[in-house]
Amino acid sequence: MNADIRIKVGLGSCGMAAGARKTKDALDAALAAAGLDIRAERTGCIGLCFAEPLVEVIDGGESYFYGRVDEAKAAQIVKEHIVGGKPQQELLLAEDELNFLTRQTRIALRNCGVIDPESIEQYIARGGYQALKKAVCELTPEEIIAEIKTSGLRGRGGAGFPTWFKWNACRNAAGEEKYIICNADEGDPGAFMDRSVLESDPHAVLEGMAIAARAIGCHQGIIYVRAEYPLSIERLEIAMAAAREQGFLGQNIFGSGWDFDIYIKAGAGAFVCGEETALLASLEGKRGMPRLKPPFPAQKGFRQQPSNINNVETLANVAWIIRHGGAAFAAYGTEGSKGTKVFALAGKIRRGGLVEVPMGLTLREVIFDIGGGVKGEGAFKAVQMGGPSGGCIPASLLDTPIDYESIAATGAIMGSGGMIIMDDATCMVDMARFFLDFTQKESCGKCVACRIGTKRMLEILTRITKGEGKPGDIELLQQLGEDIKAGSLCGLGASAPNPALSTLRYFPEEYAAHIEGHTCPAKSCRDLLTYHIRPDKCRGCSLCARKCPVGAIDGELREVFVIDEAKCIKCGNCAAVCRFGAVEVK
Amino acid sequence: MAQSTQQVDLAKLEPVLAEYAAKPGSLITILQHTQDIYGYLPREALKSISGATGIAPAQIMGVATFYAQFRLQPVGRYLIMLCQGTACHVNGAESISAIVTEELGIKDGETTADGLFSLKHVACLGCCSLAPAMMINGEVYGNLTGNSVRQVLRELAAAAKEEDKA
Ligand SMILES: Cc1cc2nc3c(=O)[nH]c(=O)nc-3n(C[C@H](O)[C@H](O)[C@H](O)COP(=O)(O)O)c2cc1C
Ligand code: SF4
Ligand code: SF4
Ligand code: FES
Repeated sequence: MNADIRIKVGLGSCGMAAGARKTKDALDAALAAAGLDIRAERTGCIGLCFAEPLVEVIDGGESYFYGRVDEAKAAQIVKEHIVGGKPQQELLLAEDELNFLTRQTRIALRNCGVIDPESIEQYIARGGYQALKKAVCELTPEEIIAEIKTSGLRGRGGAGFPTWFKWNACRNAAGEEKYIICNADEGDPGAFMDRSVLESDPHAVLEGMAIAARAIGCHQGIIYVRAEYPLSIERLEIAMAAAREQGFLGQNIFGSGWDFDIYIKAGAGAFVCGEETALLASLEGKRGMPRLKPPFPAQKGFRQQPSNINNVETLANVAWIIRHGGAAFAAYGTEGSKGTKVFALAGKIRRGGLVEVPMGLTLREVIFDIGGGVKGEGAFKAVQMGGPSGGCIPASLLDTPIDYESIAATGAIMGSGGMIIMDDATCMVDMARFFLDFTQKESCGKCVACRIGTKRMLEILTRITKGEGKPGDIELLQQLGEDIKAGSLCGLGASAPNPALSTLRYFPEEYAAHIEGHTCPAKSCRDLLTYHIRPDKCRGCSLCARKCPVGAIDGELREVFVIDEAKCIKCGNCAAVCRFGAVEVK
Repeated sequence: MAQSTQQVDLAKLEPVLAEYAAKPGSLITILQHTQDIYGYLPREALKSISGATGIAPAQIMGVATFYAQFRLQPVGRYLIMLCQGTACHVNGAESISAIVTEELGIKDGETTADGLFSLKHVACLGCCSLAPAMMINGEVYGNLTGNSVRQVLRELAAAAKEEDKA
């Protein structure tokens, strides 16, 4: 056995959901049984979510990635590789799976899945808190802001606003107390990069906040975290305590006389609270309802004082930029969109997970070369970007470079970087309905256009998916969409029609099929499907009849069974259980 | 944590009020602690929060009903938070919900008659690459299929029976 061998297990919440804790226990038990002193180490999420539970063995300076490690494989790895010195080829991730890692440029995710998120020593060993020291001891606040300006960093929370500009405005605003607030509300259902950073590298966020605070001239930071992320809160608390102990937070940081500390506020489940002014209201214990801007948070924010709100990923880039210089960051990416961006690949994707790549790569490169394309049999149909505020980008635009402006030109938005891959079994009308259902529920209710308009759009879309669409529905949806955009105060309402408008733009034939033909080309809208047993294929085994929850299938054993369409509730059970492929869905 | 039959013990709330009642802007935090204690927000507790903080009952109700996290009714021993986020939707979360309904006879927002299970649809648990996913009492279950969901529910029901016997 190599003396400096190390074993790491990814223990983010996705890894744990896949059983990583059991894997770690099994590794430790096998190590103990073999009489070894070493134990498996905890690390965060490296982003290879498709291969969880993931175990990395570092042996003689080489990394071996084992994917989908259950308890039996854990025992095998210890016995054969750790003790026996023979890497287990058949358990290692394949070359194309490893591409997922090697094609990345990791700045925001630099420590995710590398260090133990609960160890400040490991963070420091990777250069952590050097940037804060430089910012406090060597740079003036103006120089910090200038460095961020050079980097070209734009907000990763959705709007893509230049970070230096916001900091500068807050710095120059008049006020006694100023606040730096980290927006960790991650509301886009389908994006999980902020959770991963918080769970896997909490110090990167704390250090970024402290540097921003120094630049702005403030003493208090607040992190607003989604209630659904208990592990993020736990690891942030541990990180904050350690940072205080080492003097990176608290009083007289680096002997400079400057004080700064942070506390956490847990959100309570409202998508609209990701919007800055709603977030501020929520921080004050109120209903999270947006208000008119100006005044901007940089002028009047938390407790009416100048406040700067930044997204988790934005802040996670900051320490790296200060340490390596703004120019190093700006060397990546495109003219208007500098640096790297984290994307969350999910949906019908072969290799789902988190990837960080320079801006400007094409959608095709990220989805196919890195993500491996569509999982299963289906063909790629569209990628949804920007969640409830974004849109679906069709296959014909796969060569679009990923930067703020090019993505916006397609009718979608960069958003937080969530990419949901859809195949030909995903119905685009249903996707529009899905998002309108979401925004309709999450509308705070302040603006009539948003509150009632989204509900009307949802009703129309629901009707269409039930085969009750009418001539004129499409025009009505477009008209309503424009009106809602114009009549909404905040970004939620102003962007809520986008999922419907973008699918209308790229998939008009799918809407037409539902409205005029009463069919769903993706065979996904239940009410438009009919189930039928093919006499030439049915062997009369009666399995479907026994699995039908409503007794809609009748027949004699060894004769052809028949579905009573009037009784059928279209649950799909029969098609799923038939071993002869006799149940036809139309 | 089925509390429906139990009396609401307001003494448990006192340490929370002692810590936060005088701090402005703490209403959401107080409600979160209250829900941790009782499993939901009992009317009596809301009244004493109003008394201690001076915030009008109407305003407290306004906040409690605005946020999805808060419940005004007790929930079952197992709270099934079934993800209906985008990634889960695309991967068939709707049929998973139908299976839970078929298995337990409850829909979104309801609790079984025996007080064992409550079902709540949520938008994204942040485990999208394991879609469809659900969280039951803090534990995440991913890559759900009809069979795996049924199995989890049956195992939990059996575990509850064992606990009650012991
Ligand atoms: C409805 C709505 C929801 C939002 N949700 C989030 C969110 O979950 N996380 C986030 O960082 N920004 C969110 N934003 C954007 C924020 O308002 C804000 O622009 C961002 O936090 C600023 O940080 P940045 O400049 O670092 O991106 C949301 C905006 C709107 C209108
Ligand atoms: S646009 Fe919608 S969510 Fe935003 S303030 Fe108006 S009603 Fe509220
Ligand atoms: S789809 Fe469901 S309800 Fe209809 S016949 Fe098949 S099993 Fe019965
Ligand atoms: S969409 Fe279900 S976990 Fe994210």
